[in-house]
Amino acid sequence: MGIIQADKLVFEYIRRDEEGNAEGITRAVDEVDLDVQQGEFVAILGHNGSGKSTLAKHINAILYPTEGTVLVDGRDTKEDAYIWEIRQKAGMVFQNPDNQIIGQIVEEDVGFGPENMGVPTKEIWERVEESLKAVGMYEFRKHSPNKLSGGQKQRVSIAGVIAMHPKCIVLDEPTAMLDPNGRKEVIRAVRALNQVENVTILLITHYMEEVIYADRVIVMDRGKAVMQGTPREIFSQVDKLKALRLDVPQVTMLAHALQKKGVPLPDGILSAEELAEALGYKRG
Amino acid sequence: MSIILDHVSHVYEKDTEMAAWALKDICLTIPDGQFIGLIGHTGSGKSTLVQHLNGLLAPTDGHIYFNGQDIHEDGFDKKELRSKVGLVFQYPEHQLFEVDVFSDVCFGPRNLGLSRKETELRAFQALRQVGFPEEYFYQSPFDLSGGQKRRVAIAGVLAMKPDVLVLDEPTAGLDPKGRDEILDQIAALKQETGITVVLVSHSMEDIARYVDRIIVMNRGSVLFDDLPREVFGHVKELEQVGLAAPQVTYILRTLRAKGMAVQTDATTLEEAEREILRALGKPAWEGLC
Repeated sequence: MGIIQADKLVFEYIRRDEEGNAEGITRAVDEVDLDVQQGEFVAILGHNGSGKSTLAKHINAILYPTEGTVLVDGRDTKEDAYIWEIRQKAGMVFQNPDNQIIGQIVEEDVGFGPENMGVPTKEIWERVEESLKAVGMYEFRKHSPNKLSGGQKQRVSIAGVIAMHPKCIVLDEPTAMLDPNGRKEVIRAVRALNQVENVTILLITHYMEEVIYADRVIVMDRGKAVMQGTPREIFSQVDKLKALRLDVPQVTMLAHALQKKGVPLPDGILSAEELAEALGYKRG
Repeated sequence: MSIILDHVSHVYEKDTEMAAWALKDICLTIPDGQFIGLIGHTGSGKSTLVQHLNGLLAPTDGHIYFNGQDIHEDGFDKKELRSKVGLVFQYPEHQLFEVDVFSDVCFGPRNLGLSRKETELRAFQALRQVGFPEEYFYQSPFDLSGGQKRRVAIAGVLAMKPDVLVLDEPTAGLDPKGRDEILDQIAALKQETGITVVLVSHSMEDIARYVDRIIVMNRGSVLFDDLPREVFGHVKELEQVGLAAPQVTYILRTLRAKGMAVQTDATTLEEAEREILRALGKPAWEGLC
């Protein structure tokens, strides 16, 4: 059985005017089925307002389904009794690192989660150490989070989640506010967690280049999962993605443009190496 | 109409133990009508620099001249300066507050003391300039999508009719289409009105596509100030300061390393496409050195 299972998940909220009178109902997530296996890396794409963040918030029980069910490691998120267990199993990282860090020094911040779970002190320190090492921030453990760069702060946020030993991490646009180096650092840390620690990853992003490492890509539009497949399958459909207000990685776009000019290239090229090979250059 | 920064330095918490240099001896000229990209890693001094352009921060050393006048001299009209140099902060939609979109955009020009007619005319024009649909003019700004909210916030600054528009990461968090739409609109606006635009961005691709001059900040100093093609030629140095070249530059470098006879100085998709087609049109070994 999968670590995350959503069955016909619907989420509706009531729109209200300034006086608080109901104006209508918006269906933000519309009958989404999801089955994510332990250790899978799933990317979720979708334009602003397509429902991806709403979907993500169901996975650690910040929101509950209006209809349908969400199971995290077999536990129904609607059951109050499981809420802490679910939040420990499915950690969440948000866009703005400054809103997620509370400790005065890095190791204190990372220890906050396990401390609240009642983990014995000695083990907290072990977890803090291993988590900071996993994201490459161990040498900064005595620093003040305020003095770190955006990418470093975001990695501390991720370490704080890892310290709770989750089976799954949901990252909602973790790189949106970062500079190129910060983006690289965060994605590298996320991939390492996935590959080395077998942590399940759900990554929401607007950067198409971050998606090529995923096992599976889900594209959301108007609350529905409208496309699903490997990065190659998804990014082969350039025009369809553009119609959904999305994009493809630059190398895919370049190959697509060359194709249109009559250069014989396959669909869905995902790296410069693939492009070189398809053009007949295999050296090196 | 130009802004000149003459040996500008800024030290936060000067004369205390916490003193931190944010800007070090910056000399820059921002002439009329340029589209300038300002890049640098987090903490490199970009935001401090742009806050000097309209006098929100005063240099701890050096002078800033707007149209030849020192903006920190006694008697200089700062209010006028702030309407001429419009600053759009990061996530500007957090600053929306009025009951409807149109009133929100009117707020700036009304505070300039303009007549109601002129205020409304400007608000109308500004919303048109950012491509905001007329049917939503009287909606609450809080019910809009992220991209639309950001348009309203930019319109609020445009309604002041600035000569210089400074945008601090105007596309952060927007979906790809929303990002392209906003930047295309800004480019069109620049074309139409000749306004000077300073774009702060972490996207090297966006910078490469739109600007005609790049200023690279590092540790409070200007590292490069040149044409995009020149700046992005310094790939190593850019990476050392936490930045990068646009992705197509790397793609071309890989192709070249694999034996394809391409030049590697293209910075946009179109240039890269042209370069590859050119290389394919000739025998593969020609032009290799």
